[in-house]
Amino acid sequence: MTVTLNVNGRTRTVAADPRTPLLYVLRNDLRLNGAKFGCGLGQCGACTVVIDGEAVFSCVTPILLLEGRQITTVEGLGTLERPGALQRAFIEKQAAQCGYCIPGMMMRAHALLLKRPNATRDEIRKALEPNLCRCCTHMRILDAVARAGELMREARGEDQGT
Amino acid sequence: MMDALDHPLVTRRRFLGAGGALVVSFSLGPRVGAAQSAFVRPGDLNDARYLDAWIRIDAEGRISVFTGKAELGQGIRTALIQLAAEELDVAPDSIHLVTADTGLTPNEGYTAGSRSIVDSGTAIRNAAAQVRDLLVAAAAARWQLPPARLKAENGAVVSDDGRTLQYGELVASTQLHVVAQPQSNLKKPVFSRVMGKSLARVDIPAKVTGGAAYVQDLRLPKMLHARVVRPPGPGANLLDVDSGAVTKMPGVVKVIRDGSFLAVAAVGEFQAIQAMRALAEAARWNERPTLPRAGSVPTFILNFRAEDHTVRDTRTSSVRAGRALEATYTRPYQCHASIGPSCAVALFDKGSITVWTHTQGVYPDRAAIAQMLRLPLDKVRCIHMEGAGCYGHNGADDAAADTALIARALPGRPVRLEWMREQEHAWEPYGPAMITKIRATLEDSGSISDWNYELWSNTHLTRPGSAGALLPAQSLAQPFAPDEQHVEITPEGTADRNSVPIYTIPNQHIVWHFLREMPLRTSALRALGAYMNVFSIESFMDELAHAAGADPVQFRLRHLRDERAREVITTAAKAFGWSGSALPRNHGRGFAFARYKNLAAYCAVAIDVEIERETGRARMTRAVAAVDSGEIVNPDGIRNQTEGGILQSMSWTLFEAVTFDDTRVTSIDWSTYPVLRFSSVPDRVEVHLVPRPGRPFLGVGEAAQGPTAAALANAIANATGKRLRDIPFTPDRVRAAMGVL
Repeated sequence: MTVTLNVNGRTRTVAADPRTPLLYVLRNDLRLNGAKFGCGLGQCGACTVVIDGEAVFSCVTPILLLEGRQITTVEGLGTLERPGALQRAFIEKQAAQCGYCIPGMMMRAHALLLKRPNATRDEIRKALEPNLCRCCTHMRILDAVARAGELMREARGEDQGT
Repeated sequence: MMDALDHPLVTRRRFLGAGGALVVSFSLGPRVGAAQSAFVRPGDLNDARYLDAWIRIDAEGRISVFTGKAELGQGIRTALIQLAAEELDVAPDSIHLVTADTGLTPNEGYTAGSRSIVDSGTAIRNAAAQVRDLLVAAAAARWQLPPARLKAENGAVVSDDGRTLQYGELVASTQLHVVAQPQSNLKKPVFSRVMGKSLARVDIPAKVTGGAAYVQDLRLPKMLHARVVRPPGPGANLLDVDSGAVTKMPGVVKVIRDGSFLAVAAVGEFQAIQAMRALAEAARWNERPTLPRAGSVPTFILNFRAEDHTVRDTRTSSVRAGRALEATYTRPYQCHASIGPSCAVALFDKGSITVWTHTQGVYPDRAAIAQMLRLPLDKVRCIHMEGAGCYGHNGADDAAADTALIARALPGRPVRLEWMREQEHAWEPYGPAMITKIRATLEDSGSISDWNYELWSNTHLTRPGSAGALLPAQSLAQPFAPDEQHVEITPEGTADRNSVPIYTIPNQHIVWHFLREMPLRTSALRALGAYMNVFSIESFMDELAHAAGADPVQFRLRHLRDERAREVITTAAKAFGWSGSALPRNHGRGFAFARYKNLAAYCAVAIDVEIERETGRARMTRAVAAVDSGEIVNPDGIRNQTEGGILQSMSWTLFEAVTFDDTRVTSIDWSTYPVLRFSSVPDRVEVHLVPRPGRPFLGVGEAAQGPTAAALANAIANATGKRLRDIPFTPDRVRAAMGVL
């Protein structure tokens, strides 16, 4: 059985059991490394992706629910050569130790900043509550998300100026 | 005696050309920071003595540097590149670093104990300096100039008359397969270009853009996905399993059973997970109650038969009178709880096996896997690839062994195995439950006149080396027994790490009551016994200070002669704004200090806490740390590790305990084993570094674990007037201590 998904702006058709959680399809069928298996229980957020603007645990979301919806993973935020604002901010703040949880953090932050571009540090902290970091890089993650907000605001400012 | 620090740097060199090979011999005088004898090579250079075991340069000038240590998320890859780049006089991005691989790199044992920079960094730095001098010598020979007129610069040797030879042009006439000299011509810190700078981590860009960064991301052609079915509890054996229906499930390739070891391999990953669940349903186990009925409270370990080992005894008969104080502290079993469950990929082909693993020790893991598979060592290769942060001996080696067993049953097909969350939580080796008891006498003068310290603990080291240390090997039809445990009292210590107080105290008696009986498997968790011992000692120092009516920081300084320790303490206290001034209700401040292992980095931590009286929730609102780790390779790397150490220790201390009933571990996920979440994160964390250019490296990655725990206990005592001595300081315990019902 095939399912058609829209991932990072591209239409992808995968042959998989529709009950398969999105995470395994992203990682194995589409060979995207960003979303990580952490618990398979929706408790840690390592698998977080954004679907139609909302942060979602991809490890517990079967693909049968996802036809026609816009799925964004950390690969959709930019590339190594042209990193997006969140990626630049995480690099600038050196906001990783092992880094395993970080793409999930970034996607949850992405969903927040889409909705609340001027999110305060307190709002960032609240939004990230579902995501765990075991290296305990939390301070830098908060800094990086706040910095990404700044970078996005700067970019919008420039856009308005042209 | 002449101070080694004042001795001139070694400058005199002799060079001899012999058949294109150059041998450089250095004079053997003492030099900056060189504590070792003239015939001992620095760091792990003493074990892998050939320069080309560490550094190779090809004719195009491409530089490969080899380390037996592994990147675990601690940033070691970046720091080692910095060290090599500094001494070789090249740009960091021109260095290709090869990490732990039994096929390629030196055997540097485990990446553990905050020893990577000390062992491997020192080796690479010295090897790089010697290679650079060999290249300079080769150029000197070619140009017939004295080496003093040449220098290395950006991947080339240049002469004072303007000639240049690239390293690649010199390698043909430079023999790097030579035994390293005991002494190296290291650059003076004042000339550092890369060392001591916060070079950005080389691995972060790929990790934030979806690059392949972990063993979890390794996808080999025709790779199968596997899952294991673990027993329901540590004492359970597999009676029987009817796998007929499972083998017919979509994608299933094979069910593997050997004794109580049970696994399944399938084409797709989710197919493997579904098959694993069906297989678990079909399996019948003989469960036995092997665990104490204790919940999480570790006092039951006092009932175990103990073997006493004296760590230190400086008692004399002249003990003076004073006030005797006594306290007992406990710590439960605690999890490494990696955010990514353990994973490995293996390929068994033509009688040889390759295992890609996030083990901390590729060589010991290879030995254990070879023994388990009954293969000669040269038929097993272990290649390190990063996993999620491990913080010690977690499920990595066991998952590698699982995967090796499954791959052996499927020759020619790469197999990828990942543990499920509940398997990681239930089967990793835990940080041991511990109990400590301190009795000390406080003289009227406010000095401590004797110190009696006892600790009860299982081993903190059940790492592989032999097959019996591997979880699946213990459950095969022909099982391997766990290794016999040997206790050794060493300077670095294990359970007894940091059990000797750093303070100047006469009449010390320190005993480790070693417990052989081990109902739950235990092993190395970041800092080993230092977490609990420093928590105990530094809590008790506050209790003594309180009894003496002294300021806790002043009380520590009064008992401390080590100048570097004093400087770290005063730096942290000053940066924090330490004072005895009154704080608002339910607010407290706490201080603690330790020198990790009493021989590595110095770390002092001062914190503010806020107690929510109604709920008993304690929140660290601010932490300020000061660290002296000797010469600094990457300041931001040290800050990152220390910030993480502070928050992780806070998580252990406020939230974490393994729970179990008499047959099963019951803390098997993030809801039954809660850890730090963002709502408990401090508002501010500061890490101040005390620079020590030219001094030996002091391992720093684990230095904050103990001080943070004690600083929390001290701050809570300061806020509430009640002393918590049992980790974790859950809201229930805080409320109970405050008498809030």
